[in-house]
Amino acid sequence: MIKRMIAGLAALSLALAGCGSGDDSGGGKNKASAPGITATTVTIGSHQPLTGPAAPGYSEISPASKAYFDYVNAGGGINGRKIVYKYVDDVYNPTTTVDVVHRLVLQDKVFAIFNGLGTPTHTKVVDYLNAQRVPDLFVASGCGCWDQAAKHPYTFGWQIDYVREGKILGQYIKQNFAGKKIAYFYQNDDFGQDGVKGLDMYIPKEQVVKRESYQPTNTDVSPQVQAIAAAKADVVVLFSIPAFTALFRLASLKLGFKPQLAVSNVGSDPTTLSGLLENFAKKGGTKVQGNPLIQGIITDAYGAPAGDTSNSWIKLFRKVHDTYIPKLPFDGNVVYGMGAAYTFVQALKAAGKNPTRRGLVDAVEKGGFTGAGLVPFAYSKSSHAGYSGAQIGKISGNTIVLSGTPLTTDAGTGAIQPYTTPQPAAPANGIPPG
Amino acid sequence: MISLPRVLRPTLVRHMALAVLAAVALYVLTNAVGPYRDLQLAQAAYFACAAAGLTVLTGLSGQISLGQGAFMAIGAYTTALLINGRHWPLALALLASAVVAAAAGLFVGIAAARLRGPYLAGATLALAVGLPELASYGPLTDSLGAQNGLSVSPSPPPLALGEAFPLERWQAWIACAAAVVTMFLLANLTRSRFGRTFRAVRDDEIAASLAGIRVARTQVLAFVVAAACGGIGGGLLAFVSTLAAPGAFTIALSLQLVSAIILGGLGSLAGAVWGSLILVLVPSWASDLAQSAHLSHNVESNLPLAIYGLVLVAVMLAFPAGVQGGLRSLFGPILAHARRTE
Repeated sequence: MIKRMIAGLAALSLALAGCGSGDDSGGGKNKASAPGITATTVTIGSHQPLTGPAAPGYSEISPASKAYFDYVNAGGGINGRKIVYKYVDDVYNPTTTVDVVHRLVLQDKVFAIFNGLGTPTHTKVVDYLNAQRVPDLFVASGCGCWDQAAKHPYTFGWQIDYVREGKILGQYIKQNFAGKKIAYFYQNDDFGQDGVKGLDMYIPKEQVVKRESYQPTNTDVSPQVQAIAAAKADVVVLFSIPAFTALFRLASLKLGFKPQLAVSNVGSDPTTLSGLLENFAKKGGTKVQGNPLIQGIITDAYGAPAGDTSNSWIKLFRKVHDTYIPKLPFDGNVVYGMGAAYTFVQALKAAGKNPTRRGLVDAVEKGGFTGAGLVPFAYSKSSHAGYSGAQIGKISGNTIVLSGTPLTTDAGTGAIQPYTTPQPAAPANGIPPG
Repeated sequence: MISLPRVLRPTLVRHMALAVLAAVALYVLTNAVGPYRDLQLAQAAYFACAAAGLTVLTGLSGQISLGQGAFMAIGAYTTALLINGRHWPLALALLASAVVAAAAGLFVGIAAARLRGPYLAGATLALAVGLPELASYGPLTDSLGAQNGLSVSPSPPPLALGEAFPLERWQAWIACAAAVVTMFLLANLTRSRFGRTFRAVRDDEIAASLAGIRVARTQVLAFVVAAACGGIGGGLLAFVSTLAAPGAFTIALSLQLVSAIILGGLGSLAGAVWGSLILVLVPSWASDLAQSAHLSHNVESNLPLAIYGLVLVAVMLAFPAGVQGGLRSLFGPILAHARRTE
C-alpha cells in the first residue's frame, strides 16, 4: 500500500517536473501577448463569400483552411496554442465586408485577418485594418494593391497578383497565337483591370479585337459574348470568377462560338467549373456534361494542381481533406485554402512564442517561407506581394496539366524569367518545421 | 388628461425637450458601450433617418414606396463625391445630400403623384433596382467607380477628444446627432398643417380635395420629405461604412426599410426607430447564435435571414400595429388608469 503511494507520489512529482520544464522551455510561459491571443489560443478571422455570386468554388476555401488548422491543432497547435479560425460570410458584397470585418476586429477581437477573399470586397477594409494595426495576412485576391508596404504596412498578398499573371498569360498567347484575333472578357473592377494591364504588356494592341467586361451582380453575359463572337475572336482571355467563366462558356455554347479560352487561375478550377456548368444549364432547363466543355482551356498555376496525385503536398492536403472535410470535393479551392493556411502557420511560428501583431508582420517581412508553391514568395521589407510567378497549364480531364517551366516576374515592366529551383517536398508530419 | 407643465404644452417646446432628452441619453449610451455597439448605434441611426422619411411617406401620406434605397444611394454618392473631390466638411456634405436627394424626390414625386397603389410600388421598385446600377453605366464608371464603389475617407475625430478616442464613438455621435435633428424636424412637420393634410390625403383623396387640399401637391411634398431623409441616411451610411457602393443599395435594402417601418409601427416616428434597431440588432444576434450553435456552414450563413423572417412573422402576429402599436396597447391602459386615478 505504502509502496503504491510512494510510486504514485513519484509519478506525480515527475509529471509536475515535466510540466514545469515544458513551460520553461523557450523562456517563460505563454502569455496573452496581443488581442486575440491567450495562453492556449490564437483567434483569427476572415470574410469569405459563403453565399452569393462568388460562392461556387470559393466557399470551399475557408473550410479547407480551417481543416488544416484543425490538423495542426490536433498535433498540439503552434507553441501550445490552438488556432481558432472564424470566417464570416460577406456575400462578396463590399458593404457587408466592411460590416463583418468591423465585427471581427471590434467584437470578436481577432489577432489577425487571414485570407479575406475578394478584390472589390477587401479593398474597402484595407485602410481600416491598417489604421487599427491589425495584421491583414495573405489576402485571397491577386490585386496588385496589397503590395504597398509603405501605405499598408500590415497587409500582405499571397497568390500571384493579376498583373504578373496577365504578363505570363499574355506572353504565352503572344508566342502561341501570333496573328490571331484576341478578345478579353474581364470583371469590371481592380481584379479584371489589373489582369488586362498585364495582358496588354505582351499582347500587341492590334491583335485585340474586343474588350468586354461584366459586373459580378449581373449574371446575364450574353450581350458581351455576342459582341465577342461578332468580332470573330480566335482566342478569348478571361479574368473572371468561376461562375462567370461558366456563364461565358454556356453563352458561347448557345451561339455555337468556339474560341480557344485562356482563363486566369482564379476562374479555372476544373471541378468547380464542371459543377457550375451543369448547375447553370439545369437552371436554364437543359442538360449538359460540364467536363467536356472545359477541355483544353489554357490557364496557369503557382502551386501543384489538385489532380497531381504523386505530389507530396497534394498527398498531405488530401490526407487532411479526407480526415476533416471529406464531404467537400478535393479540388483547387481546397488546395488553395490549405496552402494559404500552411503559410499562415509558418508566419505564426516565426513570430515567436508570444507573438504580437507587429511581430507577425515582421516575421512575414523577413520572408524565407517555402511551401506548396512552384515559385518563391516575394515577401520582404519593401515587397508585400506573394507568389512571384506561375506556370502555364491546360485543363485535361478533371485536372490542370502543367507544361514548360515555372516563370517569375515582377508587377512592373520587368522581364519574365524561368525559375528552375524544384518545389520542396512537404514535411513528413505535415507541419512546417522550425 | 395628465396635466403637462404649462411650459411643455406648445408642441415645439415639447419636441425640443424630447430631442434634448434623446441626445443626452444617446451621449450616455455611446460612452457606456464598446466600439462595436457604437458602430451598431451609428448604423441604426442612419437606418432610422431613412425609415423615418419612409414612414411619413407611406404611413402618413399613404404612398407605398419601395424606392427609399435609391434615395439613400443618391445621398451616399453625393456625400462621397463632395468629401473626396471637394473636401467639404461632413455637415455640409450631409446637408447637400439631403438637398440633392430631395431634388430627385421632387422629380420622382411628380411622376408618383399620378400613380396609385401597386403601380406606385412598381415604379419605385424599378427606381430602387435601376438607380444604383447607374454607377456601372459606361461613361459614369470613372467618376462613380462601378461595383468597386467610392471609398470615403472623412476626417478623423478631432484631436481635442484625445488621441485614443474611438472612431466608432465619433461615428455614432455624428449619426445619432443627425438622426435626432431629423426626427425633431419630422415630428414638428407631422404635427403641423402639412402633417394633417398628409393624413387627410391618405384617408380620402376626394374628401381632402373638397376640403381645399391640393392632393397632388401634398403627395409630391411627402415624396420630397421622404427623399431628403433618405439622402441624409445614405450620406451617413457612406460616412459610417466609409464606402458608397451599389452593393449597399440593393432592392433588399429598400424592402428592409419597408419591413422596418411596418415592424416598428407604420406612420409613427418612434416606430421607425424601433424598426431600425430591429434591422441592425436582430441579424447580429442571429449570427452570434448561429456561430455559437456550431451548425453546418450552409445553415449558419442562412440562419440570420430565417430568424429575421421569423421575427417579422412573430411581431406581426402578436402586434399587428407594430412594436410601437404593441407598446401603446400595453401601456395605454396603464396610462389611462393613471389618468383616471389622478
